[in-house]
Amino acid sequence: MGRLDTALAHLGALDALAARDTPASRLDARVKALAALAVAVTAASFGRGDALRLLPLAAWPVALGALGDVPWRAVLLRLAIASPFALGVAAFEPLLDRAPAFNWGGVTVSAGAVAFVTIVLKFALALSAALVLVATTGFDAVCAALARLGAPRVVVTQLLLLYRYLFVLAEEAIRMLRAHALRSPDRPRPSARTAGTLLGQLLLRTLGRGERLHAAMRCRGFDGELRLVRGPRLGKADLAFAGATALLLAGARLVDLPRLVAGFLGGRA
Amino acid sequence: MHMSDALVSPAVGAAMWVAAAAFGSHAARQVERHGGEDERRLPLMGVLGAFVFAAQMVNFTIPGTGSSGHLAGGLLLAVLVGPHAAFVVMASVLAVQALFFADGGLLALGCNVVNMGLFTSYLVYPLVWQPLAGDGRSRRRVFLASIAAGVLALQLGALGVVLETMTSGVTTLPFRPFALLMQSIHLAIGVVEGLVTALIVLALRQARPELVPARATGQRVVATFAVAAALTGGALSWFASTRPDGLEWATARAAGEGAPAPASGARALLASFQERLALLPEYDFRRPHGARSLDADAPRWGSPRAGSSLAGLVGAALSVGFVMSIGAAARALRRRAAGEPATRRAGR
Repeated sequence: MGRLDTALAHLGALDALAARDTPASRLDARVKALAALAVAVTAASFGRGDALRLLPLAAWPVALGALGDVPWRAVLLRLAIASPFALGVAAFEPLLDRAPAFNWGGVTVSAGAVAFVTIVLKFALALSAALVLVATTGFDAVCAALARLGAPRVVVTQLLLLYRYLFVLAEEAIRMLRAHALRSPDRPRPSARTAGTLLGQLLLRTLGRGERLHAAMRCRGFDGELRLVRGPRLGKADLAFAGATALLLAGARLVDLPRLVAGFLGGRA
Repeated sequence: MHMSDALVSPAVGAAMWVAAAAFGSHAARQVERHGGEDERRLPLMGVLGAFVFAAQMVNFTIPGTGSSGHLAGGLLLAVLVGPHAAFVVMASVLAVQALFFADGGLLALGCNVVNMGLFTSYLVYPLVWQPLAGDGRSRRRVFLASIAAGVLALQLGALGVVLETMTSGVTTLPFRPFALLMQSIHLAIGVVEGLVTALIVLALRQARPELVPARATGQRVVATFAVAAALTGGALSWFASTRPDGLEWATARAAGEGAPAPASGARALLASFQERLALLPEYDFRRPHGARSLDADAPRWGSPRAGSSLAGLVGAALSVGFVMSIGAAARALRRRAAGEPATRRAGR
């Protein structure tokens, strides 16, 4: 049960980081969100042999993380927890593609091994970009940015309400599992049948809470729309950040560093 | 089950984003239109999204296997609030998972919304669950409908992951074993998903009968068939257009090992320039093994050459140095910003 409590604490930790006042958290959420998406697209655009060309892209999460004073443990821990599927698929690469890619001091590295490293790098880059975005922006600001970028009102309201009640219901679930564990110490987990009943019970509590919530919102004048505070216009820092991101991504696409170095070394030798 | 940013190409990711966004705005409009009559629904959708998260924390033993699993929740949502609201709720759940748990990722979010939201809400629920469950009064029919729908939803989702991975061309996994593995794993998961969904629906019906709508089927079926036809034509044609037919694919694979004739002069220059600029290099569904089109004469990372290993080493060192110096500069910038207006923070 301790594990579940920790999971919940971790979830809140990321958002709590964003509540601090750092240069990164002062940047406009729209700019950061679009930039994070652009980083993910650019990382995905490289081919399977391009492990080295991906490396410079790491500057984006590293820089934003440093600007926002994001502790690396928090990001790396989440990456490690989420990695099994991507790594599981990537793990077949060295087995399937044994064509030699290059020879490094007598050790031949296969194209599959290079592809494995590429997939791992893509995973780490795209997902650390998303995690650092939340850790420097906060979920509410991301939602407000979505609204200003033209996302449907219902979707934005849904995201905000979902996030607000996530913690409440997760605690409800943890209480329920603790009660189950105390009453059946010989079983680590409920059976599917018990789980059905437990979840039905949780759902009933959820629905009850939804009704109370709605009544409370009505009392405060809710008419089906959450009104968000509009942030200021884009400032100099936002434009500078957007420009730096564009420069980094264009540089990573246009300049082939390994090829450049090879040409340079070839010219000298 | 989550499609990952690491396995998706920009073309496939963008196509799935378009499909997800189109259905998302349709669903949002439908919810808003019907929300007018029942504005209780917005807070309800919010807490149900949170419920799906909480439900995913309840790990239970899967009978007969000894392993554990949890509810995915898409089918349950569709039964409780209808396809449109269920789609919006599922999309929001997936977005939070991508942002906070590194499940999937921003680019792959479109794929995940299609795999886990769209198939369940707009195909499986109207075409399988509703006709099989009928008016929903019979316990046996609810069980049957939920298990059939659970299996089908998970199978479609797994197939979506396989097809998206294959069309992206990031891996060399052969189609058949990959598909067989994914489909068989998700067969068991689907049965459990259906079973638990049925148990929850029936438990809820006993406690709060008014919350589980007993719907009459009729004209809805025609409408849902129309949606399904549009979906098949629209969403699945993305696969058709980005993926060559079997013969072409086989030819490309067979020819893949032979090196293409090196291009020369202006053509090679243009080709290399175009390749560097192209953000969507996998768009033509080039097999990863295969011919590197016109760019074969340039020395590239991945070709077995003596010089390239040293180049690789130096390039990696330069990249790491670049990343570290950017990070150091950003940190210095933050320190300065923190130091100038107020007093310097102690212990930093």
